[in-house]
Amino acid sequence: MSEETPAPLWEVFIRSKRGLSHNHVGSLHAPDAEMALRNARDVYTRRMEGVSIWVVPSAVITASSPDEKDSFFDPAADKPYRHPTFYSIPKEVQQL
Amino acid sequence: MISDPHEAEFQALIDSDQRIEPRDWMPDGYRRSLIRQIAQHAHSEIIGMQPEGNWITRAPSLRRKAILMAKVQDEAGHGLYLYCAAETLGVDRAELIDLLHQGRQKYSSIFNYPTLTWADVGAIGWLVDGAAITNQIPLCRCSFGPYARAMVRVCKEESFHQRQGFESLYALSHGTPEQHEMAQDAVNRWWWPSVEMLGPPDTESTHSAQSMAWGIKRFSNDELRQRFVDMVAPQAVVLGLTPPDPELRWNEDRGHYDFGEPDFEELRRVVSGDGPCNRQRAAHHLAAHDEGAWVRAAAAAYAAKHPATSAAA
Ligand SMILES: [Fe+2]
Ligand SMILES: [Fe+2]
Repeated sequence: MSEETPAPLWEVFIRSKRGLSHNHVGSLHAPDAEMALRNARDVYTRRMEGVSIWVVPSAVITASSPDEKDSFFDPAADKPYRHPTFYSIPKEVQQL
Repeated sequence: MISDPHEAEFQALIDSDQRIEPRDWMPDGYRRSLIRQIAQHAHSEIIGMQPEGNWITRAPSLRRKAILMAKVQDEAGHGLYLYCAAETLGVDRAELIDLLHQGRQKYSSIFNYPTLTWADVGAIGWLVDGAAITNQIPLCRCSFGPYARAMVRVCKEESFHQRQGFESLYALSHGTPEQHEMAQDAVNRWWWPSVEMLGPPDTESTHSAQSMAWGIKRFSNDELRQRFVDMVAPQAVVLGLTPPDPELRWNEDRGHYDFGEPDFEELRRVVSGDGPCNRQRAAHHLAAHDEGAWVRAAAAAYAAKHPATSAAA
């Protein structure tokens, strides 16, 4: 079996068209950023799915933990007044 | 009764048709089962390039050649989407490829049959990709997010695969008598292996019940097989080709086609390594992997010399 060290993993983000943000589409292995971009083009945009690609080393991503998701997102859970539907407005006002 | 709070939460997510994501808690069995299934699916896409790749240099026109190259390249892409999904479960692609080379992970039985004539390429697109689509569409709703998302991409691309196969077979079937005969011969050889590739019958399928409870599988092998036959049987009439199954006929009462009993003994034999091309497929993959070693080494050496753009920096 091979003794090679596998090439690092990169996360791939694609802007599908101008005006939209980059979205995560998957990952791939490549020895460096340049190759990661070229591989991402071949793997994820064979049918014009993108106009711009970002590749990010998977190892540098910091993610929130699903285990603490309740406490982590808690601060937003009890603040309905952040939404416009929280407020009652007299009927006479047509648009607000 | 589930007592572990983690497991209760996991099952609740599945029962409410939500997706499990890589960093969520999951039972070991769920993780193992997915790694096995996704890896075997990935290997199938990659090994599946061989039977069709065999005809790229001999395609009868530039148009057919361009189409076939695009299709085979898609299959490479499918393999990569799937290895990527498997890796989110904590395995490395290199590990999975080693397991394939050691024969400890399998791939679909269908790719162990030879492509003897050009018509086989059309029959594969129509029947093999047709069976694959039947299997893959429900996987777009699989409970594991990365697998489901990979399947959405795959299914979008597969529809061209089946159509190009149908078109190519249709052209042959409506061509000269020799071409028609070649198309019929290809269908004779690919029909049963395609019906069998949807897996062993429900009575013998070892992983099915648990996979269903975990939302990995949505329909049983026999349900998928029926769906496949219902899809392709009327298409065969349009093609002007006759499936090699004397029992194939529409059943008004059931609202489905009846069909003969597939040779599951043959399926078992081919899956366990004794099909016409198993050794050739495995040897070819290993050789391609070994012959590419110097390219990977050169790319790694280049990356090491230019640390600014390498992830290891
Ligand atoms: Fe595929
Ligand atoms: Fe395909």
